[in-house]
Amino acid sequence: MVATTAPPPVERVAPQPPWAAGLSDVTASDASLRRFLHGLPGVDQVGAEARATMLATRSIKTVAKAWAIDLAITMIDLTTLEGQDTPGKVRALCAKAMRPDPSDPTVPRVAAVCVYPDMVPMAVQTLSGSGVRVASVATAFPSGRASLAVKLADTRDAVTAGADEIDMVIDRGAFLSGRYMQVHEEIVAVREACGNAHLKVILETGELVTYDNARRASWLAMLAGGDFIKTSTGKISPAATLPVTLVMLEAVRDFRDTTGRQVGVKPAGGIRTAKDAIKHLVLVNETAGDDWLDPDWFRIGASSLLNDLLMQRTKMATGRYSGPDYFTLD
Amino acid sequence: MSERIDVRKTYKLYIGGKFPRSESGRSYEVTDAKGRFLANAALASRKDARDAAVAARAAFPGWSSATAYNRGQVLYRVAELLEGRRTQFVSEVAAGEGLTARKAEALVDASIDRWVWYAGWSDKVMQVHGSANPVAGPYFDFSVPEPTGVVAVLAPQNSSLLGLVSVVASAIVTGNTVVVVASERSPLPAVTLSEVLATSDVPGGVVNILTGRAAEVAPWLAAHMDVNAIDLAGAPVDSVTDLQVAAADNLKRVLLPRLDDWTATPGTERMFAMLETKTVWHPIGV
Amino acid sequence: MAGKKFDYAPAPESRGIVDLQPAYGLFIGGEFVDPLDGRAFKTVSPATEEVLAEISEAGPRDVDRAVVAARRAYERVWSKLPARERGKYLFRIARILQERARELAVLESLDNGKPIRESRDVDIPLVAAWFFHYAGWADKLEYAGVSTASSGPPKPLGVAGQIIPWNFPLLMLAWKIAPALACGNTVVLKPAETTSLTALLFAEICQQADLPPGVVNIVTGAGETGSALVEHPGVDKIAFTGSTEVGKMIARSTAGTGKKVTLELGGKAANIVFDDAPVDQAVEGIVNGIFFNQGHVCCAGSRLLVQESAYDEVLTSLKRRLGTLRLGDPLDKNTDIGAINSPEQLGRIRELSDVGESEGAARWSPPCELPDKGFWFPPTIFTGVSQAHRIAREEIFGPVLSVLTFRTPAEAVEKANNTPYGLSAGVWTDKGSRILWMAGQLRAGVVWANTFNRFDPASPFGGYKESGFGREGGRHGLEAYLDV
Repeated sequence: MVATTAPPPVERVAPQPPWAAGLSDVTASDASLRRFLHGLPGVDQVGAEARATMLATRSIKTVAKAWAIDLAITMIDLTTLEGQDTPGKVRALCAKAMRPDPSDPTVPRVAAVCVYPDMVPMAVQTLSGSGVRVASVATAFPSGRASLAVKLADTRDAVTAGADEIDMVIDRGAFLSGRYMQVHEEIVAVREACGNAHLKVILETGELVTYDNARRASWLAMLAGGDFIKTSTGKISPAATLPVTLVMLEAVRDFRDTTGRQVGVKPAGGIRTAKDAIKHLVLVNETAGDDWLDPDWFRIGASSLLNDLLMQRTKMATGRYSGPDYFTLD
Repeated sequence: MSERIDVRKTYKLYIGGKFPRSESGRSYEVTDAKGRFLANAALASRKDARDAAVAARAAFPGWSSATAYNRGQVLYRVAELLEGRRTQFVSEVAAGEGLTARKAEALVDASIDRWVWYAGWSDKVMQVHGSANPVAGPYFDFSVPEPTGVVAVLAPQNSSLLGLVSVVASAIVTGNTVVVVASERSPLPAVTLSEVLATSDVPGGVVNILTGRAAEVAPWLAAHMDVNAIDLAGAPVDSVTDLQVAAADNLKRVLLPRLDDWTATPGTERMFAMLETKTVWHPIGV
Repeated sequence: MAGKKFDYAPAPESRGIVDLQPAYGLFIGGEFVDPLDGRAFKTVSPATEEVLAEISEAGPRDVDRAVVAARRAYERVWSKLPARERGKYLFRIARILQERARELAVLESLDNGKPIRESRDVDIPLVAAWFFHYAGWADKLEYAGVSTASSGPPKPLGVAGQIIPWNFPLLMLAWKIAPALACGNTVVLKPAETTSLTALLFAEICQQADLPPGVVNIVTGAGETGSALVEHPGVDKIAFTGSTEVGKMIARSTAGTGKKVTLELGGKAANIVFDDAPVDQAVEGIVNGIFFNQGHVCCAGSRLLVQESAYDEVLTSLKRRLGTLRLGDPLDKNTDIGAINSPEQLGRIRELSDVGESEGAARWSPPCELPDKGFWFPPTIFTGVSQAHRIAREEIFGPVLSVLTFRTPAEAVEKANNTPYGLSAGVWTDKGSRILWMAGQLRAGVVWANTFNRFDPASPFGGYKESGFGREGGRHGLEAYLDV
């Protein structure tokens, strides 16, 4: 007999929200949660990847491309998550977020700026009144290897500083060892700590490895009350891939069919070109549909993507190829 | 002491593991090469052929799904029984084909050896005829031979045991079941084979043996919509084309008669002709 | 449900790459020649009814010329050429096919009506792959395991007459010509009368490759041309892909001639979905199974067998998915469903669909606007279908799916096998042992488990029962063109 470590005590479990009424039994026990997650339909890797590959061949041209580029800009969570971040760097990023192309006022602003918790005050101050939201990673991002108390403190710190959105990481170790209830309860607790802030739950699918796990983790995060499910921290490769986004889009689609509650999706990491972004929008369009083609329901976590979208936008407007020197490097 | 009056035999058909008379009630005289009476044999009708096809179909699922090892064991056991009837076969082959005892012995020995040879193929044919296919994608893809189903076999007219064994064993070793029309002129080795089979472990219906006239029965088998293949080895020469035309009704696999030297080492052709190839694809992923 | 907000702008592949001639001759003895009777017919784009070109109709005398040319090339050149050199010609053709892939894809979509996405991503890459695969076999035939103690080293048959259908025009040409040539035969090939153009472009490629004259001959025409080829006494081998009805006619008319025959015919494949299937991939597999190439696929998964316990879930997902299919201009890179190949085929699809309705099955199609010109049929599913319905038994060869249910694996097998056909089948389940059990039970030449409609030159393909005999692809495919 191998002794297992008892899961850390959970501060408080929130009462079941109304949308989960039909699924109340699911989270009643570790066993029932496990049965439910393992009862979800499997994902055949080859089939899922083939579908994503086929959708990636969609050819988006002219007016459709222009529309998609602008939509993609509005969906960006413009991100800097570096040890070398400074208030100056964050301030510059915020300026870019509000006005991505200083020479062209028709370019829409991005959805949010995403920073570490200690940078939230600077972001809040710079973005004030702009409509660009402040998102903060929390819960001992990116590894999540801290006690729940620390994770909650991290979350509250960001929320108190004015973050509109919290990007938490799940405990992949607990998930992979089958302690689903622990993962669930942590998300519920962080959700509580978020107050009015939106909660994005990072699954870190690159560490979950299989699409079956990505689907189960998606449902787990949604059952626990996440407002968004997000692929990756950006610190692990592979990050957002088309097939994993496909699987997550299927999950939010099916979750809404089951519960009536809509959950957003955020691929993050590795989406660097306008072409990549448009491929993701095609996935959204043909998997989850119109309702998700909106910054409230689909976000792209990225940094260098914005400039490529701007270059493509300029190319479409002027008919000639642009170069990086014509866009700000913030 | 007066000469003993021998007990003249009137043989029956072998269908579904039983020995019925022809439903037509008919029989015919079998004579030796010099025209002397040997026995009476049943003269099969189209309805006997029909019953035999039904019996063969019924036996197909079990026989085709038996393990290759098991089929090999069962068929080898038949060879043992053939060996036990060696003397009887020799006299039947000698009489029927008009051969010396020495020549008949050689043919019977070759027949038993032929049966053993085919029995041994049971668990090799899939490795020899199957394949794993290197497709350009994340799929495991393999092809396996499978028996085609119920095979109508017109046994060679002039090789009453060695030819018979060659066409029957090659078909059943891979899991087919057969309806055999024995050599019209020399059916006794086939009748004896049916007696061997009946006392062996070969399930009833796997081999069904009709005696009589190929010219009468073969068209019904060739046109039968629940027969999957036909071996025309012993087809009357002038009816081969007609039988081929009839076989087209349900696209039977047709094995055409060749100038077969039944004593020559057989290749795999006859066995492969009664096989389908099934290809199975499955994705490879985590 | 998709496409209201995000409206994909037209993204047509350019036709400019294709250099269409107003009229085409027959390709005999390495040259394009006029038919002796001077007869011709028009080939149209099924998507627009635009006349693309005039095609020569080969009469019996033209077929005879082609067979004579093939015989001469066989005896004087091709059978004397070292196998290695034969292979190099095939490699050369394969490379040209790759280099001219876009041109071939556009021409195929124009003439056949299939979406450019499929001709570009499936048909043409496989065409080149087929030639590459068999090119390598040419000098390795003695290792193929098809010759036996009784037949000696492998020998070609001589002149092969080959008749191919309109659903995968160039791909079927490749399936026929590549192994035939690799084995040392010469060929006379007749493309389907509605889709001759890529075969004629292939003839040009043979010229470009300096293939010796007469090794490949292309005679265009309809059924009469085909009959003349089948019945020609100078032909040693007939390979046919098409309907079971015509296959039976060929089997009859070649009886007694000693011609070797291989037939790849119709099907009514069951696509079996268990309640533990990976549902999203199963739905893709169902869609790919029956709507790939407008359902003009002999191995199409035209009968969906769903386990009753998963019926609602699968049907809901399937209908939602059908709502995202994009029907229209075959040359548009975003088109999923192209045009029906001919008015005759459209008539048959309509007729059988009407029968389905009158026999009481429930018909459903997603909202779908059909173009005014051309031949079109919306993706359609019939529910409430039983084994007795004609739409569950007859090959429709169109984008029409019949949905049936089952309760146990044994019932699924029984229903799947309850047909005179036996070309293909699909199985969807996450349980490995069940896949292998099902694969063993299904009487079909190809079983796709958790996938559907996959093809590869290394993978033998062909039917049980009335779906024909002989295999195409891989080592097994050589046997059709060798004297064994």
